[in-house]
Amino acid sequence: MPTLQINGRRVTVAEDATILDAARKAGVEIPTLCQFDGLEPWGGCRLCVVDMSLASWDDDWFKVVTSCNHPVEEGMTVLTNTERIIETRRVVLDLLLARCPETPLIQGLAREHGIDQTSYAPNPEPDDCILCGLCTRVCDHIGVSAISSVNRGWGREIAPPFHKAPPDCIGCLACAEVCPTDCIPYSTSNTRREIWGKEFEMLRDPKTGEAVITKAQAQHFAERSGVPTTYFETSDASKRRQMAKTFERLGQLK
Amino acid sequence: MRIESKDQFEALRSQAKEAAESCENKILVCCGTGCLASGAKKVAEAFAEEVARRSVDVSVGLLVKSTGCHGFCERGPLVALQPSGILYTKVKPAQVGDIVEKTVVGGEIIPSLLYKNPVDGERIELYEEIPFYKHQVRVAMRNIGHIDPTDILDAVAEGAYAGLAKALFEMSPDEVLEEVAVSGQRGRGGAGFNTARKWKSCKNAPGARRFVLCNGDEGDPGAFKDRSIMEGDPHSILEGIVIGAYAVGAHEGFIYVRDEYPLAVVNLTIAIHEARKYGLLGENIMGSGFDFDIKISRGGGAFVCGESSALMRSLEGKTGEPRAKYVHSTEKGLFDLPTVLNNVETWAGIGAIIDCGGAWFASMGTEKSKGTKAFSLVGKVKNTGLIELPMGTPLRTIIFDIGGGTLGDRPFKAVQTGGPSGGCVPEELLDLPVDYEKLTEAGSMMGSGGMIVMDDRTCMVDVSRYFLAFLEEESCGKCTPCREGLKQMLTIYDDLVAGRGAEGDLERIERLAAGMQLGSLCELGKSAPNPVLSTLRYFRSEYEAHIRDKACPAGICRELTAYEIIQDECDGCHACFKACPVDAITGVVKEEHIIHHDACISCGACFDVCPTNAIRTFPKVELEKAEVV
Repeated sequence: MPTLQINGRRVTVAEDATILDAARKAGVEIPTLCQFDGLEPWGGCRLCVVDMSLASWDDDWFKVVTSCNHPVEEGMTVLTNTERIIETRRVVLDLLLARCPETPLIQGLAREHGIDQTSYAPNPEPDDCILCGLCTRVCDHIGVSAISSVNRGWGREIAPPFHKAPPDCIGCLACAEVCPTDCIPYSTSNTRREIWGKEFEMLRDPKTGEAVITKAQAQHFAERSGVPTTYFETSDASKRRQMAKTFERLGQLK
Repeated sequence: MRIESKDQFEALRSQAKEAAESCENKILVCCGTGCLASGAKKVAEAFAEEVARRSVDVSVGLLVKSTGCHGFCERGPLVALQPSGILYTKVKPAQVGDIVEKTVVGGEIIPSLLYKNPVDGERIELYEEIPFYKHQVRVAMRNIGHIDPTDILDAVAEGAYAGLAKALFEMSPDEVLEEVAVSGQRGRGGAGFNTARKWKSCKNAPGARRFVLCNGDEGDPGAFKDRSIMEGDPHSILEGIVIGAYAVGAHEGFIYVRDEYPLAVVNLTIAIHEARKYGLLGENIMGSGFDFDIKISRGGGAFVCGESSALMRSLEGKTGEPRAKYVHSTEKGLFDLPTVLNNVETWAGIGAIIDCGGAWFASMGTEKSKGTKAFSLVGKVKNTGLIELPMGTPLRTIIFDIGGGTLGDRPFKAVQTGGPSGGCVPEELLDLPVDYEKLTEAGSMMGSGGMIVMDDRTCMVDVSRYFLAFLEEESCGKCTPCREGLKQMLTIYDDLVAGRGAEGDLERIERLAAGMQLGSLCELGKSAPNPVLSTLRYFRSEYEAHIRDKACPAGICRELTAYEIIQDECDGCHACFKACPVDAITGVVKEEHIIHHDACISCGACFDVCPTNAIRTFPKVELEKAEVV
């Protein structure tokens, strides 16, 4: 298990840990926007940059790397608050604030870094999407890939194919759930759900009538897990009730 | 006919040589993309017809060959005659009959078709005496222009696959690696990483399956050396790749070519088919027991796919976006397997290195940059074209001896090297010997070997804006500093060239540039500020003039520039009147002409056509001042 130093604190972490994992363990805070536990690190927002030096390098030689996807190594030295790191983070936040001048998350982070107003030209048609890619990555991870990033550069955006209701979407809401700026709109009720312009029928608990998941989601999970669709229509509350009854019966049998 | 042993290869080679030599008279018509655009195909067809028509010439053994790019694209279509070594330039189909009649049969030179040296006006007969060719040393491009790229035997006659035969039958993979290490060759794609070190790292990576890849996604504005190599000598690339695969123990490879290079794709495809047919590719190559095969993958035209990790994602069928390379692709590359990726020119040099020895290669060039390097010489230079020179050749030799100086002998201002990731090198550094280190020190880089010559009619702010606009369009948008930074940088430049620049803009540019260099994910974003920073370093006063005086000293930026006719210089030729797209010029032949500023759009068309240099530019603000007075 490699031991490294982060801002002077020694920390020992697992072989496959990233610098960000180690920093968290050491209690050193590093801001991130595109990192999400359970998803492969992406290194897109560039907010988590740190100065890093390997044991084999000259003492004063540091390199700027992203902590979310850089593996740890024995004897590594990490600095999260050097002048150039703070400045790089500021430039990134300043730029993000220009894209999303009205987004509270970005406003807050920028303010924490001493930026009240962007020094660049603010987006004339702002929305809250910071292009962190979490929604598309979680969608890929679930095995659906209903949405993706389209176009490139400044014109990049997140969209379903041809900007139409995505045929592959299962209405699981994972994209909306991981979105750090809550900018993926949806509506959900006991009977129907709508996201990305597609409507979904809800599976309802046969006993309580409460909506559990969309039918499409149950089918997707059933196909991948081999569990029958009916398993998914039971709500967690119903499952617990069922379980309690089973234990009650077992008790009576004794 | 499949080659099953080294002896059979040697036999094939001497047979091919004999066949090539049996034909004394050769007419080599350059059919590179540049010459094709000037009508080379019709010229080649005319030669073929003419030769077929004259039965008398068959007895002297006359062969018409369509070859790859001779390099001297400015003067195309080019026709080289062998064995005399005469080069005819700008040949038209109508002149073909004359050439065959007078020169090929009669041995008489047609002076009007010879290259005229712009320096002294003298006509030069021979290929190798033309200054454009005299200074060149060709390694990667050794066979281009001599061989028919679609004929494998023609290539073999000139030495193709000799290096491969030597590697497979006389050397162990480690010995091949050692030879490449001795050569000191560094990657010709721009970054200049040591080839042998890259191969060793891949060879030592665990796992049985590994890949070798060829990067033919050359996309820099003004660069075309990889295209010319793929078109003109695809066998040199295949030979290099097979040798590399043998050294690292790979059995599969891909050539990633941008689809905008159709002729390169065609010639590579033919070369691969022919090489397979002769057993130089595929199973049990030349009977050596070594298996290796290769496929072509066509890129969709994204500049970022020239970046190694994006190229590999694209090959995998995913979106071509870069990813962090904290684990090198030599360990975890294509499909997360060990991968060697080298540039077209790098691969093209390998066969020669093995055949002639690493020491021979290392004897050329500078201390840290060995061998030769191909450059595409373009812009405001007389002899545009493709050249290959020993590393360390001074910029002055390249631009003034080989390039013949600036167009119209206007004052030289700067040369842009390395494409959008490079920078502008000013006049005071003209004696800079060109190698990886020296260019980086000067704030530029080797890049893919594009050299864009600029004269005094070039605004450095405008040039930087051009490269920014290119990159802003090509940024994939994955990481924040590149996506947002380029957009914002371009916005600042749009203001600068339109006279809306403000105090503090230069500091904003520099701050943003530093953030992009440190913060961006891949080299596209990290190097994107280079054109900006190098022009700021050498031409800061030009930026200041745009901001403070609202003037473009070069007289290029339209919003800041006005044109007028110097009446004493004007001979009333009426050319400007005809050139003006908005009828802003009045005047009749032999009389005074006037540019009307209210209608003029400052396009500069009149300036460009004026034969007596009677048109001058001046800052538009002076017009406004005059109005106020």
